[in-house]
Amino acid sequence: MDTMRDRFVPVLSRLLDEDPRVAIVLAEIGNVAFAETQRRHPDRVVNVGIREQLLVGAAAGLALTGLRPVVHTFASFLVERPFEQVKLDLGHQGVGAVLVSAAASFDWPAGGYTHMAPGDVALLDTLDGWTVHVPGHPDEAETLLRHAVAADDDKVYVRLSVQANREALPVDGKGFRTVREGRSGVVVAVGPMLDAVLAATEGLDVTVLYATTVRPFDTAALRRATESAGTDVVLVEPYLAGTSTAAANDALTDVPHRVLGLGVGRSELRRYGTVEEHVAAHGLDARSLRERIGGFVASGAAVHS
Amino acid sequence: MTITEERGRLHGYEELPRLMGLMTGDEKHGSAATSTLDVLWVLYDRVLRVGPERMDDPGRDRFLLSKGHGPMAYYAVLAAKGFVPVDWLPGFGSYDSPLGHHPDRLLVPGAEIGSGSLGHGLPIAVGTALGLRAQGLDDPRVWVLIGDAELDEGSNHEAIAFAGPAGLEQLHTVVVDNSSASHSRPGGIAARFQAAGWSAVTVDGRDHEALYAAFTAPHPGRPHVVVARVEPKSA
Repeated sequence: MDTMRDRFVPVLSRLLDEDPRVAIVLAEIGNVAFAETQRRHPDRVVNVGIREQLLVGAAAGLALTGLRPVVHTFASFLVERPFEQVKLDLGHQGVGAVLVSAAASFDWPAGGYTHMAPGDVALLDTLDGWTVHVPGHPDEAETLLRHAVAADDDKVYVRLSVQANREALPVDGKGFRTVREGRSGVVVAVGPMLDAVLAATEGLDVTVLYATTVRPFDTAALRRATESAGTDVVLVEPYLAGTSTAAANDALTDVPHRVLGLGVGRSELRRYGTVEEHVAAHGLDARSLRERIGGFVASGAAVHS
Repeated sequence: MTITEERGRLHGYEELPRLMGLMTGDEKHGSAATSTLDVLWVLYDRVLRVGPERMDDPGRDRFLLSKGHGPMAYYAVLAAKGFVPVDWLPGFGSYDSPLGHHPDRLLVPGAEIGSGSLGHGLPIAVGTALGLRAQGLDDPRVWVLIGDAELDEGSNHEAIAFAGPAGLEQLHTVVVDNSSASHSRPGGIAARFQAAGWSAVTVDGRDHEALYAAFTAPHPGRPHVVVARVEPKSA
């Protein structure tokens, strides 16, 4: 299967062909893949070199002239390193851009912690007005990239990863999707976490919601799900554990509820190896998830009975 | 004269101290407060093709004040040129005033960017020049004003090093040098721009004719920097 990032280049190239407002800004990473596109659109494919403050600042300048900049590099260099540019050059200036990241939380484990960004979504949560898409399959990535670019002058983050589910589901760039219905708990699986969550909850009486657009958080969908499945909520996110716990709590302020936030741990593993090994180390493989989700739901049932 | 009568009237250079005084309560200003004044005046009076009536014109020149500290001279010039009502000036920095101690582009008519955190204007100006070029708008010029100490910020050097080799002829920087950087070398500012392929001129930042000549000097195929030297901040 191709990766989400393999899909990013042809999708953006077509968007550049179709829409004279679209521009792509790169900081060396991804430059080779866009070489052909750059020959067709020399002024709208910009590689600023290894300069991430300029990457985001220049994107803001493009937006100020009316263009729709799409900015791409690894998540750690797109959100963390130039965070003040994201906050001020986009947010404070009142202009939008589409930030498309690669490498996610640990797509390249052998590359070590410098190339891991489990905190990207949590960081964006400190800012106002960001839409965050976390596709779980290359087909979904394609759809969500198109939604992101078409979203007027909104600030949109699209988090691409080599982690993916076996099959794509229809996504609309807005709400959560009900994948399974049960009566004793709601599990929200974000993007690439869905396959593991479905395997982990096989035979458990829980509702599974699939989230590919996590900001804004689909409060209505979560509330609807809790009406029949109760208010024990588990979030399974491919980035920092607990990133959406506050959003889930806010959705349920008027009812007693419990929230378990699962995701990537905060402590640095200082390990290399494979994606699978890191998934397991953070307790995000199907077996660990079954234990943690099962235990949480069972303890809830004991309390409620 | 009433405030109403003063609305819509343009003001000359000699009135700038009084306009600044509406913000500071004093018509006498130290060199730090006025370090940018002559540069701003010459740009807005004779160089920039801008005006209150063409703030949404895609073909206008863009002036980006990157050094957002001490913006009284900037607000005074914007008021003198009719962008900002003079009766806004006395409220400077108050809760209901659009005029803060750092400018906000969403609040100040004529301000192309909000600034305050140093080192943001030049990268944004690079993107503005690229955006104009990508839309075939080759005529408008982009200007950004930075301070000599602001050049400490590494983000500027990302922009300087890119803009020269990229041949961004529409991009112009004016560095107001009041010797406020703690660590610097004589001639270091112009040299760094020149090393990146910029056209560079250093002039007396109080001499209007010298500023005008430097601002309008041709620089085919390259971005242009004017280093405007004024009295040291500490003097």
